Amino acid sequence: MSHKVKDATIPTIPTKARISRWFGRNMLRIYMIFGFTYLFIPVAYTFIFSFNDSGKSNLIWKGFTLSNWQNPCGAPEVCNALGNSIKIGVLATTFATILGTMIAFAIGRYQFKGRSSSNLLIFLPMATPEIVLGASLLSLFLVFKINPGFWPTVIAHVMFCTSFVVVTVKARIASLDPRLEQAAMDLYANELETFRRVTLPLVAPGIAGAALLAFSLSFDDFIITNFNSGTLITFPKFVYVSAARGIPAQANVIGSSMFFLALAIVIAGQLVNRKKAR
Amino acid sequence: MKIGKARVPYLLLLPGFAFLFTFFILPILNLAQTSTQTPVKGGDTGQYEQTFAFSNYINAFVDNREQFGRSFVYATLATILALAIAYPLAYAIAFKSGKFKNILLVLVVAPFFTSFLLRTVAWKQILGEEGFIVPTLRSLHIISEQTTLTSTAFAVVAGMTYNFLPFMTLPLYASLERIDPRTIEASGDLYANGLTTFRRVTVPLSMPGVVAGTLLTFIPAAGDYVNAAILGSPNTKMIGNVIESRYFKIVDYPTAAALSFTLMAAILILVTLYIRKAGTEELV
Repeated sequence: MSHKVKDATIPTIPTKARISRWFGRNMLRIYMIFGFTYLFIPVAYTFIFSFNDSGKSNLIWKGFTLSNWQNPCGAPEVCNALGNSIKIGVLATTFATILGTMIAFAIGRYQFKGRSSSNLLIFLPMATPEIVLGASLLSLFLVFKINPGFWPTVIAHVMFCTSFVVVTVKARIASLDPRLEQAAMDLYANELETFRRVTLPLVAPGIAGAALLAFSLSFDDFIITNFNSGTLITFPKFVYVSAARGIPAQANVIGSSMFFLALAIVIAGQLVNRKKAR
Repeated sequence: MKIGKARVPYLLLLPGFAFLFTFFILPILNLAQTSTQTPVKGGDTGQYEQTFAFSNYINAFVDNREQFGRSFVYATLATILALAIAYPLAYAIAFKSGKFKNILLVLVVAPFFTSFLLRTVAWKQILGEEGFIVPTLRSLHIISEQTTLTSTAFAVVAGMTYNFLPFMTLPLYASLERIDPRTIEASGDLYANGLTTFRRVTVPLSMPGVVAGTLLTFIPAAGDYVNAAILGSPNTKMIGNVIESRYFKIVDYPTAAALSFTLMAAILILVTLYIRKAGTEELV
């Protein structure tokens, strides 16, 4: 930054140089505005068109109405698909969080034979393209004459969510101060008590975060679901199938609500953290 | 008691690994088996028998080499574009946003709570004939009356770039945020100017994030077919579209399996080479 001082000694700076300097200094800020605009264009579009008085196909703006928001189940297929997605999401999240947290504790807390190959087994599903995961699982179900549908989809979601839970919870476990547990032991807590009253409460935010991640991955998944759900319609599948002939505005209502709901959860989480930090 | 303790990690792993073995490893092995099957002579559609026909792989690849090539070109382009967009964004959030850091970070992830498919359909309509971009560009004579933006390779790559952006931004942010600001100050003290500091200090220190971000973008992009299906045309078909239609429309499981395996192998080889080259092994 030494050249800046030299510049200041020049009495008059030509306008052109001043403009380019202003750009130089604010380049990142301008870039950020462009970046965030790009990120939010489709979100804003979805939100605006949730107020469209469109009837069946929501392609062209026809006028403002609140009726889509007042009656989100006005298109019954939308609500039906949403219900399926929520049911699958809750079940998959529960199982994946339990299995993943157990694995995370094993890998994060113990030295044992086969630890690095365990890490590899966790990494592989994340490095495999979704289409391969979906297609291979469907082949297995076909071999065992299991029809695709609700439970196969739940199983598929648990399979790909577990790795993400492991990674998230493991990171939290790794960031714990081991002295806290030692202190509990010094105070004559046995292993189980230490785990229940010290370790678990400290890891809990990580587990909650992992569950939230698992739910959003499950709720938004299309490719693996498409392979294993058969005739069952989930929310993303509904959008995909009806994309060609136009999506009812109620789908935009649900998409926008999910956005605001998730935003509220994240902000609430941050506020809780800040309060605790004080 | 001692023997019991040694068992604890294995007991913790057991249910999860039993599940992953049954529903991840076993299906992959089964897929390998399916990939060398051939149709039963005189059997129904969808009936196959094991004949160890490794020629399935050659046929599958030769017939679809165009789509394979396209998948890798599109995924590479989307990864480079996402890196170009996300790096300055992550840099600005990590170093220049002060007390707004957390809010901006939430805002980067927030768009992705609106369903992936809804956003892709939204892009289709924004870039489509009835959207506001095409008529504006036409009236300004930037594009001709015949030019469209949807159903083009441009739209598919743009859609993939957009959809996988958070997978790039978050690891980049995580590694940039971890950089000790004193290393950057030290570089300045040693008379490096801003650009040199960025090139010789910031970028090398953020390499783990760059590697993680490019992998997390490239892998799903190479296997994606949703963007190509919604934003593309028959001329922009990717390998994912072929696998999907082999499964559902043509019921040709062996070819679909061979294609899936080739895709997975190609990605694993590329990823290994890339990680070697980038020199980060702490990832796995």
